[in-house]
Amino acid sequence: MSIKTLTMALVATTALAVPALAQEKIKIGVSIPAATHGWTGGLNYHAQEAEKRLESTYSNIDIILVTADSPADQAGDIEDLVSVQQIDALVVLPFESDPLVEPVRQAKAAGAFITVVDRGLPDASIQDVYVAGNNTELGATSAEYFKTRLGEGDNIVILRGIPTVIDTERFDAFMAGIEGSGINVLDNQFANWNRDDGFEVMQDFLSRFPDIDGVWAQDDDIAMGVVEAVRQAGREGEMFIVGGAGMKDVIKGIMDGDELIPVDVLYPPAMIATAMDVTVANFLSNGPVAGSYILGAPLVTKDNAAQFYFPDSPF
Amino acid sequence: MTVSVPETAAKPQKGFKLDFKTAGPLIALILLVILGYSLNPAFLNEGNITNLLTRSAFIGIIAVGATFVITAGGIDLSVGSMAAFIAGMMIIIMNSAVSSMGASVWTVLLGVGCSLILGIGAGYINGFLTTKAKIEAFIVTLGTMGIYRSLVTYFADGGTLSLNSGAREIYRPVYYDSFLRVPYPVWVFILVAVIGWILMNRTAFGRYCMAIGSNEQVARYSAIKVDRVRTWTYILQGLCVSLATIIYVPRLGSASSATGVLWELEAIAAVIIGGTMLKGGYGRIGGTVIGALILTAIGNILNLTDIISNYLNGAVQGVIIVAAVYLQRGSFKRAVRKKAE
Repeated sequence: MSIKTLTMALVATTALAVPALAQEKIKIGVSIPAATHGWTGGLNYHAQEAEKRLESTYSNIDIILVTADSPADQAGDIEDLVSVQQIDALVVLPFESDPLVEPVRQAKAAGAFITVVDRGLPDASIQDVYVAGNNTELGATSAEYFKTRLGEGDNIVILRGIPTVIDTERFDAFMAGIEGSGINVLDNQFANWNRDDGFEVMQDFLSRFPDIDGVWAQDDDIAMGVVEAVRQAGREGEMFIVGGAGMKDVIKGIMDGDELIPVDVLYPPAMIATAMDVTVANFLSNGPVAGSYILGAPLVTKDNAAQFYFPDSPF
Repeated sequence: MTVSVPETAAKPQKGFKLDFKTAGPLIALILLVILGYSLNPAFLNEGNITNLLTRSAFIGIIAVGATFVITAGGIDLSVGSMAAFIAGMMIIIMNSAVSSMGASVWTVLLGVGCSLILGIGAGYINGFLTTKAKIEAFIVTLGTMGIYRSLVTYFADGGTLSLNSGAREIYRPVYYDSFLRVPYPVWVFILVAVIGWILMNRTAFGRYCMAIGSNEQVARYSAIKVDRVRTWTYILQGLCVSLATIIYVPRLGSASSATGVLWELEAIAAVIIGGTMLKGGYGRIGGTVIGALILTAIGNILNLTDIISNYLNGAVQGVIIVAAVYLQRGSFKRAVRKKAE
């Protein structure tokens, strides 16, 4: 049997199968950014897990997962989902909010139920459901923890992410949270949500400031780099580090009672699974689902760490 | 600019006149050091200098390789992705070695050996495709850049590959320990730079690279094996990437799709700041080393001060890079001479 006959057979079977299935199955398109760094890696993992789980639980649900490398790429993906796959619902985590307004609006016009995840669209009337983590709360929760550990005259340094809305919300909420506590922020620098940058920025902070009591890295990848720099300088006993997101290595460390990173603040990539569940519920549940779902940003401590630990996730 | 280049290449050691083409990058570096010290005296602390030199080793070693590729008229955009890919493969190989035979010095040596083989192999592929398959170097290495980046993302499942902690403890000193108070990565950098300098300035291979870069046809008629020399420049580049990766992996013990992003541009920038021509024909290893130091020093100085808004870091880097190249190209020298007359 040659490849040609095989392909023809495949084409024939799919051609027969598609119209038969299309009538009964509810098609849900899921469009997310490709796994370019740790957090999006976790996002992809949890999206795939949710796809497997939902498709095996409900025989009439068909989930089509597509990943994009850029906003333009994602716009194309959404157009394809609408025109080729004729989806009944779209779950989208936009690369950037503004460029994706029109493609999502068109999906809506074609009759799809729209769920937007994490980065909201500027025109909220397009989305039926909005599921997001809470960057403001992440900053505020972190600030609360710093206030329990430090007080008047203690010094901290801050490593920020990439200059974006997400970063600004976290930073502003944190600064507002520690206001009046007497905690002194020595400096803040961008470390681009990257381990190597976290390492280098922290090395420079360490050579610049002889007295640092705490480090707010607001991201676990950055925090991992910071840890190495602090170990290199032999100043582990002097300070503690707080990241954010919920990377499995960090959660594991907290479960084991790590002193250097004693807590974490959750910003879970698993929120994509929540969004997919809510979208499915729209078709299968008899309760209303439209609205906004803002997930909490709880403090992960030694006591509750086990419930946030996913050893199989890449993140 | 174009006219003044062959001039220096033709008579490089004539007289003791202050030659801005040679001294330009050095002057820029000295100015930068003075600036750094005046903004924050901590800049010249032994700890900070050690950090700075160790950090510049990655880009520096890769840039020494890039000097040969660019001098011979080529370009390699794949080095950053290649570094991430090799780092990822090293970690996978060492982890599987640990699970089958436990962590020992041999695990690390196995990883290092694999790194060298992968680097040389990856360099050969780039060289082969540009010379034998006759595809432009820009396209070949743009292609391999995407391939290596995707492969490391795939192997890491989009997350991070982390080295087994047992192997990590054995490997860690390679980055963090020193000999004669100079960290090992800096020794590797010095060694690579010295060998590179000898290869470029004291061997037939170096002269062939310059000849091919300035005029490929003439080089061919002069019985230089152009394809072979070109391929060797890419192999050297691969070897340099592999050496840089060997000292990079023990730093954080991890690799992900974010590893080595934009290293190719930093390496190329270091080469050009150092006085090598982007269109080939003339290469300076010493300049490349200084170029790498300048690039690292800029980032370091920006972290040591808060007088400039964080949002403008990229702009400051841009200005300094352009100014450094301006110092080193003819226009500045000519302006000074005109004023003197």
